[in-house]
Amino acid sequence: MDDLTPGSAGEPVAPRRIGRGVFLGTVVGGLSSLWWGQAVWGGVSKAVSPVASVLGLGSGWRIYTVAASMPVFEPRTWRLKIGGMVARPQELSYHELRALPQARQTSVFHCVTGWTVNGVEWRGVRFKDLLAAAKPLPGAHALEFVSAEKPYVDYLTLEQAMLPDVMLAWEMGGQPILQEHGAPVRVVIPEMYGYKNVKWVAEVNLVRRPEVGYWEQYGYDNDAWVGRSNGYGL
Amino acid sequence: MKPGYVRRFSKSERAVHWVNALGFFFLLATGLILYLPRLSVAVGRRQFIQEIHFWGGVGWVASLLIVAVLGDRRGLLRTARELDVFEREDVNWLSGRRPRGQARFNAGQKINAALNAAFMVLFLVSGLLLWFGEQDTRFRFASTVVLHDGLLYASLALLLGHLYLSLIHPTTRHALRGMVLGTVREDWARRHHARWDTGE
Repeated sequence: MDDLTPGSAGEPVAPRRIGRGVFLGTVVGGLSSLWWGQAVWGGVSKAVSPVASVLGLGSGWRIYTVAASMPVFEPRTWRLKIGGMVARPQELSYHELRALPQARQTSVFHCVTGWTVNGVEWRGVRFKDLLAAAKPLPGAHALEFVSAEKPYVDYLTLEQAMLPDVMLAWEMGGQPILQEHGAPVRVVIPEMYGYKNVKWVAEVNLVRRPEVGYWEQYGYDNDAWVGRSNGYGL
Repeated sequence: MKPGYVRRFSKSERAVHWVNALGFFFLLATGLILYLPRLSVAVGRRQFIQEIHFWGGVGWVASLLIVAVLGDRRGLLRTARELDVFEREDVNWLSGRRPRGQARFNAGQKINAALNAAFMVLFLVSGLLLWFGEQDTRFRFASTVVLHDGLLYASLALLLGHLYLSLIHPTTRHALRGMVLGTVREDWARRHHARWDTGE
């Protein structure tokens, strides 16, 4: 029979400093996850997301805002202004906007802070169709998106806006875009980080060239290509 | 001290515990507002919440350091050593193999303390990286937010276990008295922490 009492005759047990091992191991393991965390978390969240969504937990979205409160969508009075360097400025009601040619897509959404939502279903209008009636003038090479959330503004070149899966969306996941996701319309450009996907769009203005948008004034890149900007993959 | 009671936690130890708890709950509440869309919508004012969450985190760690420095430093160091050292009996406790008497802390409490300390360091580092990463790409890692979120889930799991044992589980919840008033019943101490030298 072994005697398990420490320090007793027969089997003296040297105390071991395991507590600091647990502490240091956890700290080192946690810090190393800065290099592997996202890859692992992507796999885990894909596996648990059906369960999580049933429980009403994390859809994976985080709601970022810059103003104290979110713009409120009032369908009867809401208008989308299309102006700037155009031959015929437009003011579209929500109804008129939805009567434009519709496009649908399922795409990924990346935030520059590191989270991602896969398989987001969007419905909306391509910018070619949105801008057709306004007739952009030859000198215009970029779009300015003015958000109803002041003072948020951002820009895309016309070339970027005409990429095949870029749209002004009014539906997300099969229902009208919720307030926190930018009701009633937001920009969707999956190739770029979320801050280029302007929410609560109130005005689309044709301008000569892109200027400095809201987050860009804090040092974020004008061209927010996923994986190739803002310090990632460079 | 009331007869039949023994002192388990000093004033400094209790201060460390409750300052830690207060800070954690403040950060949990403000963090969930930033994290859960429904709460974000209900509360709004994201910039303000983000600011008090950040400074709350800095204050959390700073106030613990202040308590440690101004409090009973030698006593706290002694406690840290107690938590650090695992004896044969702790291994028995963990493996469930003939555990006999525990000292002032059992192995579960020691591991809980080590993990909490590690989580605090990781919360602080990832939080600072999130904050400064917003201003400077040199501090930006794609996985910082994953680490910060993962810590939330891990520490919530620990917290739920801790709350169950300290508030609900019939044989262990008397320990709460020790953390509030400093003293526990002698017979309870003998039953749960037989090898603890209470100095009586």
